[in-house]
Amino acid sequence: MATEPAVRPLVELKNVNKHFGALHVLQNINLEVTKGEVVVVIGPSGSGKSTLCRAINRLETIDTGEILIDGKRLPSEGKGLAALRADVGMVFQSFNLFAHKSILENVTLGPVKVKKMKPDAAKDLAMGLLERVGVANQAQKLPAQLSGGQQQRVAIARALAMKPKVMLFDEPTSALDPEMINEVLDTMVELAREGMTMIVITHEMGFARKAADRVIFMADGQIVEQATPEEFFTNPRSERAKDFLGKILEH
Amino acid sequence: MDRFLSLFQDYDILGAFWANIQLTFWAALGSFVLGTILALMRISPVPSFQWVGASYVNIFRNTPLTIIIVFGVLGLYSQLQVQLNENFNLNFFMLAIVGLTVYHAAFVCEAIRSGVNTVPLGQAEAARAIGLSFFPAAWLIILPQALRGAVAPLGNVLIALTKNSTVATAGSVAETSGLMRTMLEFNGDIALLIFLIFAVGFVIIVIPIGLATTWLSKKLAVAR
Repeated sequence: MATEPAVRPLVELKNVNKHFGALHVLQNINLEVTKGEVVVVIGPSGSGKSTLCRAINRLETIDTGEILIDGKRLPSEGKGLAALRADVGMVFQSFNLFAHKSILENVTLGPVKVKKMKPDAAKDLAMGLLERVGVANQAQKLPAQLSGGQQQRVAIARALAMKPKVMLFDEPTSALDPEMINEVLDTMVELAREGMTMIVITHEMGFARKAADRVIFMADGQIVEQATPEEFFTNPRSERAKDFLGKILEH
Repeated sequence: MDRFLSLFQDYDILGAFWANIQLTFWAALGSFVLGTILALMRISPVPSFQWVGASYVNIFRNTPLTIIIVFGVLGLYSQLQVQLNENFNLNFFMLAIVGLTVYHAAFVCEAIRSGVNTVPLGQAEAARAIGLSFFPAAWLIILPQALRGAVAPLGNVLIALTKNSTVATAGSVAETSGLMRTMLEFNGDIALLIFLIFAVGFVIIVIPIGLATTWLSKKLAVAR
């Protein structure tokens, strides 16, 4: 580590562009996230924030530009890409737990099949993580038997089991019933406190205020504004951000 | 009634059905394996694999089974001297299994692909996100769920295969349809009874397959 420059960003996007047909969904995006930083990305729907998140582990391809994870360029396919994805944890809006596998198997699958960990060791690791997110007593059940909030916490445990360098959250609470949002956010806040590097797409202002180091506001495929949460929510500079915050804070 | 019983004494009807069951069993096994490989090729991200899988399906699904079976005997055996077994009859039997396999594999492939469509895209994305590359993701996450979703269409293929196994007669295999023709030649006066025996025989074999697949598709359905 001593030989590494201390300031090298963990995630780096340089001049990233992407089109969906005629729609220029990511417009010359430049973004750096340093180790341990928690970045919240907000913006109206269709602003490209989800695409940005998915591009970082190449679930979406990009047209031009560069994405670097820990200084390494994201490979376009093959084993290199798979290995890099293992370093980038991803939590989806719709949980996407493996429907035919038990909760425990969901968490052990990555360590055993990708990291070639011994099944016993993977089980210990998984049970520890399930304990941490508060669903260890559900380990033998199937995903469909759990509530949405529990499933999402399992999804977080599944991502953590790969010991990722950075965690991506793509609207992790948007598909949840209101009473389950907090249990997931609490898990995420805890993760942030422990020093995990996180990029979180969310509209949860409470989470942004509590855990984020930086808020990024996206609109129409561009990063319009970056600021600390306090600054952004109390004193947004751009008209787009003012307009957006006006709409979501009204109620 | 006497005639009915004597038919069973004079002709090995059960043995003929047994031949069809054996043909069906081995061809089912073979076409399931080949069909799974083809389905993997068709859903793979590699264009040349996709092309091979799609071409296979389009060629064999659109070729009449009779032509494939006859090709086994006249093309593979007579012309190309392909011999799968020293034993004359067993050789034709195996060639028929190969013919049935290559034909039905195309249908198995498409049945499995319809099962793949029941698996939400998010499952594949989650598999890729934890670092699984295409093959392990397909093998561990997509196929197991796809097969559960494909039980009913696979059952239909199996039913079709059971009945299509009678085409093996065109490949010089002794089985029910060949036996039926022989019986009809010598017992034309009770033709209807003979037809009935074979029809009922197949119904008895096929109905449990239908019931089993319906039951299995419910039991194995993936809860979401």
